[in-house]
This record gives sequence, structure tokens and C-alpha cells, in this order.
Amino acid sequence: MDPLTPEDVSHIARLAYIKLSGSEAEKMRVQLTNILSQFQALASVDTEGVEPTGHTTDVHSIMRIDEPHPPLEREDVLQNAPDRDGEFMRVRPVLE
Amino acid sequence: MTTRSTNSELHFATARELRSRFDSRELSSVEATHLMIDRIESLEPDLNSFITLTPERALKQAELADQRLRGSGQEPTALTGVPVMVKDNFSTQGVETTAASKILKGYIPPYDGTAVQLLKESGAVILGKGNLDEFAMGSSNENSAFGPVHNPWNTDRVPGGSSGGPGAAVAAGECFVGFGSDTGGSIRQPAALCGVVGMKPTYGLVSRYGLLAFGSSLDQIGPMTRSVADCADALNVISNHDHRDSTSVPAPFADFGHDLEAGVSGMNIGVPSEYLVDGIEPGVRSAFEASLKTLEDLGANISETSLPLTDHALAVYYIIAPSEASANLSRYDGVKYGLGSTDSKTSAEATESARADGFGEEVKRRILLGTYALSAGYHDAYYKKAQQVRTLIRREFTDAFLKFDALVTPTSPGVAFKIGDKTDDPFRMYMNDVCTIPVNIAGLPAISIPGGMSESLPVGLQFIGPLFGDTVVIQAAAAYERATTWHTEHPPV
Repeated sequence: MDPLTPEDVSHIARLAYIKLSGSEAEKMRVQLTNILSQFQALASVDTEGVEPTGHTTDVHSIMRIDEPHPPLEREDVLQNAPDRDGEFMRVRPVLE
Repeated sequence: MTTRSTNSELHFATARELRSRFDSRELSSVEATHLMIDRIESLEPDLNSFITLTPERALKQAELADQRLRGSGQEPTALTGVPVMVKDNFSTQGVETTAASKILKGYIPPYDGTAVQLLKESGAVILGKGNLDEFAMGSSNENSAFGPVHNPWNTDRVPGGSSGGPGAAVAAGECFVGFGSDTGGSIRQPAALCGVVGMKPTYGLVSRYGLLAFGSSLDQIGPMTRSVADCADALNVISNHDHRDSTSVPAPFADFGHDLEAGVSGMNIGVPSEYLVDGIEPGVRSAFEASLKTLEDLGANISETSLPLTDHALAVYYIIAPSEASANLSRYDGVKYGLGSTDSKTSAEATESARADGFGEEVKRRILLGTYALSAGYHDAYYKKAQQVRTLIRREFTDAFLKFDALVTPTSPGVAFKIGDKTDDPFRMYMNDVCTIPVNIAGLPAISIPGGMSESLPVGLQFIGPLFGDTVVIQAAAAYERATTWHTEHPPV
């Protein structure tokens, strides 16, 4: 396979919401290229018409009975927010 | 054939031995808990197997356990009064839970995960939270934001990972039972490298509710113990059907210890040749060959078999697990818990810098790998292809189990390696999991038990069973354990 380009790495870093420094991005580019090149052998496996497996035990998603349970204590949840205002979590503006 | 521990080495007793001392009133849970707390204090500077210790909570639980053991209230269980450790990716109400990540420093969960809740209900005494590779991503416990764990057999060596904390703690006698999680070998590989028993049950037997998610279709909680019987007892406590995990399988389950004494005479056990490839250390190979001879002497029918797709399992795993991780770890956005960023201008910048500062290098690498494999234009070539090969790997196992009751393999191609030896080459590190990964891909039960020594370090032996064949691997492991003395060897600590 072709090595990843610096643009490839900055694209996926943006998708993943991870800011990378220049040297970090270059190290990742080399390592990810190396790892991905080890995966190329998979292309040789004939998977024509094979259903993908997402889950192994053939138990289909089981819904619980729809009855209300006590929710988590609000204060117990909010105490973990890095930035809060009373009963709210604060976030930075989404639009500048 | 259980060996009885002397008082001076009570910390190396099995949970069953400890319980029998509780029953005979030779010892109380409070005394056993004090013994553990003292031992942890003296060993932790060398091992670092705990991230958080909760001695006051533990002593309170021990007092309640002693009342229960003396007959007041509920019937005691196999773990009542037994000091245990849970890995720090188990959600524990009121006790900091970090998954060994800086991004969760200071996070106090508002709820207990199901396994923790069941442990508390059973009367187990929880000593604290075990160290691990950050978000369970690693094979050496070197990826912890709280420092590496050292192998008690040789503190220059890794304990394996990602459940290195529970592995080292059980081996060193810092607790009687450890609980870990296994996504690609994270219970079995450290069990092998630390010389203890570790089991990944069939996917869905233990609820994942409250387990900080890594690869949801692969993750499974399981016990780490000093005997196979303890492993079965611990699994009985933590397995259940849980409506809070939609992949939890319907109960009731068998007693996992039901066939402990049944032996392997007449059992058909396959040896997949692909697990004995180049790269396996000579000492591991010769220990494995000696183990096969032991099983044969016990009356098992051992024959070689082939699972050709094993060679593709590593690639399948390192596409599927990072893909699932990239989605699961998107919740760490610096808003709801953990590390935040207050000096950013926009919400997107705040998230980007919280994740840049909070995640370690291996976690970033896997998130990026998974993001790439799921991104437009690459999804079919990587993620879908891996899921299709996953189907073929499952079929290959299903076919093998038409002929065999169980498969036997080494757990890891090598013994514990030196700290720092493999950190520069991620793919070389990933090769550590080559014998354990196929099991998670297929959702199967597998157990690693002490199966020899090489270079004065433990070697693990792995039994793999068919889906829901958990009692079969326990049966085979127990027979091997009775015939050997590897489980009675303890590290020099």
C-alpha cells in the first residue's frame, strides 16, 4: 500500500478530535503506515458472499421491560464535570 | 490434592483455603484484610499493581462479611470475606475510576458496574482498583498514566497486560482473587506471564454494564486466581443475565465448577499447529510439549489440527478493536467528566485539546487507526473485510469443535519480557497476543493456567472451548492442575 500522507493523518486526527503536534503526527504517520501494511494480507482471503460478524453469540439485542427506575443522583453526576454552573455543565461556544 | 499453606505464607493460600479457615474460625475476614493491607503497603513500592487503595471501605466490608460468616443474615458465598481486587476500568460508586488514563483523573462514578455490584452482594472484600494499560490497550501494562506494573517474579520484567495489576497482585499475594477484562488476551496473557489462572468466559456470560468500554463486541470480564477451583467459584459469583447489557446471554447458567473433578480421560483435545509458529520461544515450546505429554498420560486423546485462518486473526483484531474503540472513546470530550479544557475558544477546540492532553500515545494510535478504518472510502476494505473474515474464523472454530472437546495452545509465545523492550515497535508488541486474540474474535471461553517455567519465569497453558463450553475448559484445566505442581510455585516476594 502507499504510505499515509501528512494530509491523511491530519484528516483522521480532525475526525477523531485529537490535536497532534508536528512531530507526533509524523511518528503516527510512519507507525500507522507500518501497521496498515501488515493488514494487506487480508485482501487475499476470499470473502465473496460472506456475511460480516458484528456479534458472536447469536443473542439478538435484548430489550429490557420498559419500566422506570430511579435515575442517578444529579449531584453525583455533575460533580465530575470539569466546568459547571449550578445544575448545568458548561461548554465553550459551539459557534464563534 | 490441595496443598495447605502455612501461616507464614497465608497470603499465597487459595480463596477456598481461606474460606475454610473462616469456617473453622481460625481466621476472620478482618484479620485476612489487615494481612493484605500490610502486604500491599510493603510490596507496592516495587510492584505498583494498585492505582487506588480503599482500606477503610475494605475493613467495613470485612466486618460485615465476618457477621455473615458467623451466621447472621444471608448465606455466605464462596467469596464472602475474601479480599479481592478489581481492575480500574470497572465502575465503582464513590471510588475514583480512571482506566489508567489521565483523561479520567478524578472521575468518581455515580454507580457500580454489575460485576462490582455482584461482588459486593457476595460479601467479597474489595481492596482497591488494579493498574492496567490505559483503557485496557496494551500487552505489558507499560501504557498506564500511573506508571508501569512490575512482574513479581522479576521486577525488571513486565507483568503482561492489560490486566497487569490484577495479574501481579494475585501472583504476589496482594489479594486472593483479581478481576480483569479481556478484549484480546488481557486476562490470559498477564495470567500466563505472572503464573496464575486467568479466564475469559464466553462472551455475554458476565455483564459489561459498568465496564469502561474498549471493543464492545470483544470485551469480557473474568477472574484471575491461584487455582482453577477459585476461578470457577469466582465466575459463579459474577455471571448473570443483566437487562442493562443488551448482549448479556439469558441465564440460568450451570455451576462452572460442576466438572472440576471429571478429568480428561477420553477427552479429545486438538493442538492447532498455527499457534506453534516461528517466534515462539524454545522454552515455551518445550514446556508446551511437556504439557501435552501430561495430558496424554491423563488419558486425553491429543491430536494435531489446523486452523489456517489463525494467521489473519491479528489483522482482523487490530482493525475491529480500534474501530470499536474509536467510537467508544468518543465520549471522552472533556465536558461530562475528567480532564477539561477551559482556555479554548470553541467547543471543538476544547474537545481536541482535552483529548490531546488526556490520552496517552497508544490510545491515540488506536483511535486514529480505528477512525481511519471506519472513514469514508476505507470502510469496506478494512472494517467490513475484517468482519467477514471474522465470520470465517468463527466457522473454522465451529468445525474444529465438531471433532474436539477443547483445543490446547501456549497462552503467549514468550515469557515476561523486560520493561521497555518492545515499546518502540507497536506491531511487535501486538504479536504478544497472537495466541489469545482468535478466542475473542469468536467469542469463545478460554483459560490460561500455570504450565511450566522457562528462564525462571512462568509459562502459560491455554485451553479453548466451544461457545458456552466454559465448564469444559475448567474441567481440562483442573485435571492438568491436579497432575502438576506449577500452580504451587510462587514468586520470591
